[in-house]
Amino acid sequence: MTAYDARFRVWRGDAEGGSLRDFTVEVHDGEVVLDIVHRIQATQASDLAVRWNCKAGKCGSCSAEVNGRPRLMCMTRMSVFARDETVTITPLRAFPVVRDLVTDVSFNYAKAREVPAFVPPEGVAAGAYRMQQVDVERSQEFRKCIECFLCQDTCHVVRDHEENKAAFAGPRFLMRVAELDMHPLDAAAEAGLDRKRAAQEEHGLGYCNITKCCTEVCPEGIRITDNALIPLKERAVDRKYDPLVWLGSRIRRRSDSDPR
Amino acid sequence: MATGTEPHPQRPGGVHDPSRAAIAARHLRTDRWWLSPAGTAAGLLAFIVYSTWRAFSNADYYAAPYVSPFYSPCLAENCVPMRGGPNLDLFGSWWALSPALLILIFPLGFRLTCYYYRKAYYRGFWASPPACAVAEPHASYTGETRFPLILQNAHRYFFYAAVPVAGILTYDTVLTFRDGHYAWGHMGLGTLLFLVNIVLIWAYTLSCHSCRHIMGGRLKHFSKHPVRYRLWGWVSRLNARHMQLAWASLISVALCDFYVYLLASGTVTDPRIF
Repeated sequence: MTAYDARFRVWRGDAEGGSLRDFTVEVHDGEVVLDIVHRIQATQASDLAVRWNCKAGKCGSCSAEVNGRPRLMCMTRMSVFARDETVTITPLRAFPVVRDLVTDVSFNYAKAREVPAFVPPEGVAAGAYRMQQVDVERSQEFRKCIECFLCQDTCHVVRDHEENKAAFAGPRFLMRVAELDMHPLDAAAEAGLDRKRAAQEEHGLGYCNITKCCTEVCPEGIRITDNALIPLKERAVDRKYDPLVWLGSRIRRRSDSDPR
Repeated sequence: MATGTEPHPQRPGGVHDPSRAAIAARHLRTDRWWLSPAGTAAGLLAFIVYSTWRAFSNADYYAAPYVSPFYSPCLAENCVPMRGGPNLDLFGSWWALSPALLILIFPLGFRLTCYYYRKAYYRGFWASPPACAVAEPHASYTGETRFPLILQNAHRYFFYAAVPVAGILTYDTVLTFRDGHYAWGHMGLGTLLFLVNIVLIWAYTLSCHSCRHIMGGRLKHFSKHPVRYRLWGWVSRLNARHMQLAWASLISVALCDFYVYLLASGTVTDPRIF
């Protein structure tokens, strides 16, 4: 067991202003950044605000930016940094700051509410849902999401353009739309809800320029861009921009033009 | 001790929005984040310069039995006659420019609207964003919601066009099993290059995200379409390597063209294997 002193810069402040403060903290083998933040709290800055919970990369609470990269503090090992490196920890820079490392992520909850929920199929009682594994496995990948909002934080559409927040749901919630649109029992189309069209027209799918930062930062390794956003873009093309698909749906006289 | 930040510095908006943590720097990344977009931009730029020169040169694109992939199929009357080769005189004699320009529109459009290349040039050339969590320099952003970028939605049509082009390049590769006197049953170094190229071209074309969607991605129930599910699974495995295939096929197509250029210009002779 070895220990060494490491240098940290931690952002401290609130909506009125703030700055990066320097700390020198003892680091032990096997520790993660969140351990260091807790040691700063315990020994040097007892009023340092930080949101955390499980310390196991499953609750999505301790999202922050470590050396400028959106990460879960509990899953960022100190061993990835050189011992003489100064580690900078800031709150998520896409959301309003509350205090120190805590941000107001309510933007994400507002966007979550804008996505219409799963529509139960008619005539199938709750508990009687039966689905084949091949039909649900695409959606299951997206269910791994722990809602840490790192993808929302890193997405330049809203990170660099506050004005786009009203129009753009962000990768996490576009992935939710994709998940439901791929769900084998979702009866949205039968209920008159067009998720493909809504993705483009109401949730701002067109703003996504598929630069894959959401995929890069996802701690669950979900291939958000390749498996959710691009397939959703292709589905929106089916609905809005592809005359052949439109023609095919007319010829087959299928009202919702959805492949089964 | 504080280390140099002021409340709400620089222009408002983005990471400097007044509601967000007051940090003056556009980013705090300490790694070499610029290396990837710089390398991408340099690689694409090199290809653009090379292919522009070759496409407009209208010379040294056929050395029996090899035809440059930039000039195949050759759609104008001013094409070099290629025995058994891809001469398809659809445009007649009025076309006076390089015949490469007629056909390159399709593979160019396919790659320009490709989901991987979009990422590459949005990051490398347009800095939108330059790298993850590095603030972009633009004051506003509308993504692919407006003209001209809304045309990216036509990618699948370029995929449809890329398939017959790849088919013709396959035919050209078969023709390379001849010697310089058009006798069958021979191979040269060029044959190997063309074989590698056509495998990469097909792998890149079939790994396309639109292809993945068409094969089965658009279905709601894979269980009702076992054949399409199988096809989707194959394309998905290829699709995971789409970036690598995009670069490999870009390099191989340029290499094949350059090899034909060297042969046609008399710089080298084709080493025959048998």
